[in-house]
Amino acid sequence: MKQRWQDTLFDVCNIGFLTLLMIVTLYPFLHVLAFSLNDAVDSMRGGLTVWPRKFTFANYGVIFRYDALIDASVMSVLRTAAGTLSSVLCTAMLAYSLTKKELLGFKFFNSFFILTMFLYGGLIPTFILFKTIHLYNTFWVYIIPGLISAFNMILLRTNFKTIPDALIESAYIDGANDLYVFFRIILPLSTPILATIGLFVAVGQWNSWQDTLFFTVNDKLQTLQYVLMKILNQTEAGAMINQMKASLARRGMVKVTPDAVKMAITMVATVPILCVYPFIQKYFVKGMLIGSVKG
Amino acid sequence: MNHVPSGLVPGAPRAQQQSSAWRKIKKQKILLLFCVPFAVWAAIFCYAPIWGWIMAFQDYNAGKGIMGSPWVGLKHFRTFFQEEMLYTLLRNTIAISVLNIVVGTIGAVSLALLLNEVKGVFFKRTVQTISYLPYFISYVVVANLFLTLLSPTDGTVNRILMKLGLIDEPIFFFGEPHLFWFLVVFINVWKSIGWDAIIYIAAMSAVDTELYDAASVDGAGRWRKMWHITLPCIRPTIVVLLILSTSGILSAGFDPSYLLGNPMVYEYSEVIDTYVYRMGLGNAMYSYATAIGLFRLIVSLILLYLVNRIAKKLGEENVL
Repeated sequence: MKQRWQDTLFDVCNIGFLTLLMIVTLYPFLHVLAFSLNDAVDSMRGGLTVWPRKFTFANYGVIFRYDALIDASVMSVLRTAAGTLSSVLCTAMLAYSLTKKELLGFKFFNSFFILTMFLYGGLIPTFILFKTIHLYNTFWVYIIPGLISAFNMILLRTNFKTIPDALIESAYIDGANDLYVFFRIILPLSTPILATIGLFVAVGQWNSWQDTLFFTVNDKLQTLQYVLMKILNQTEAGAMINQMKASLARRGMVKVTPDAVKMAITMVATVPILCVYPFIQKYFVKGMLIGSVKG
Repeated sequence: MNHVPSGLVPGAPRAQQQSSAWRKIKKQKILLLFCVPFAVWAAIFCYAPIWGWIMAFQDYNAGKGIMGSPWVGLKHFRTFFQEEMLYTLLRNTIAISVLNIVVGTIGAVSLALLLNEVKGVFFKRTVQTISYLPYFISYVVVANLFLTLLSPTDGTVNRILMKLGLIDEPIFFFGEPHLFWFLVVFINVWKSIGWDAIIYIAAMSAVDTELYDAASVDGAGRWRKMWHITLPCIRPTIVVLLILSTSGILSAGFDPSYLLGNPMVYEYSEVIDTYVYRMGLGNAMYSYATAIGLFRLIVSLILLYLVNRIAKKLGEENVL
């Protein structure tokens, strides 16, 4: 069929508009990236867009020489690794036990966990709880409250159920117990969904900063996102920047400005996400559809 | 393997029943080990805080605990309703979340419609991949990106506006109280539009292609097909998502107001989330902050119920 001129016009406008959308989405990232890779003194002249004028890694060098920032980066990596591994393993264990309808008290356990998706304790009751059980101001406050996610449990369980029964039953006949079946059959056969859920949990852990704000006071527990938040928050920024300036001057790095360091931290907080998110994207739609059917 | 039939045998003698239950526990010890500890976890981390709502009716004292603190009835609710800030808080919260819902839905549906019309697979996938990138970035980073972009000293936006001759002096965007809602809504939509569009795109892919063919035969153009076929077909999805989002009308989000708000725009940035945080954790008014949280929860539940009823009256599917 011959295309009408209106259709061609529509296509052109559509592609133009979507290209504009891509630019609007990417520009802020590229702008800050250029800023972080540009000589700090040169940046003060202004006028930077998406390309560094005087290329340098000096701004990043500062992050890796400033103790508070190293500690924060280590804490971010630690909580992401520990939080992701523990959450995926525990949620998978629970999901496996709930694939067995003959489990003692199955109906009770099943609704007990599903209901947690709709429960919301609120900030203050949660705060009081963490204080009462001495989770407040410890590293575990990042890990234990996120151990199980009922939503992820449903996703995993749906996936576990697609593994052929014959495989599991023949293992039982050969004398295997549930521990063996879980670790040697179920987990290896579910790596795609485990990886997807793991990446989602990891992104959440890496991006989280509210729990640091609400439930910790110890400087040692600060994460990268929290430090960045403190620099943003204008009421708290002064002290931090002075501290940083003093530290920079001591090491003869006066050429670096707090603004440039801020851009470098922003990029360090962003890049890990940029690296992993293309891997999750092919499961996005599938995961969301399962969720919308079950949720 | 065929497991022993589940449940207790009704006719069997009691002793035998007990031993069979015991045998079952022994047999399932690994499965139970995979389940029971997490049930304890859920009881502590998901169910115990619910009990904490009682604090809203007490003068909670950390020394005495929930069991020992004196009861005060509805005192904290009364205080909240007489609070001077109440009007400002509710206005900001509702304004930001309603704008969010409206602009966010229109934006996501439009993006899905436009993407649905793209014929090149590569271009479509590229746009999608880029458009949901911001969803995965933390709000702290996003706030920093926009503070840089909109900065009065060297922000790109001010530079462009000056060059175009639209303004003579740089604007301090985050210092203008009246702009705050719109900036926050723009940033929220920028962050989530690509992600929100996914579900609409999925709904559109389920539309029967015969409908489009029939419309083409009748001479309908692209716009008419979008308006008369695609949109009506995804209406149920839109309605369900709208209903679910109305219950969150009193949750405008902690992140935007906390990260982007400052004393200059306080009058327009303070929302219930940040107020609960400041009162509860900042001033240690635990009971008062809990009461506000409970008030919000109750309003959400009522809204969810009402909207669901209205949708049912209008002939839409019942979502709950």
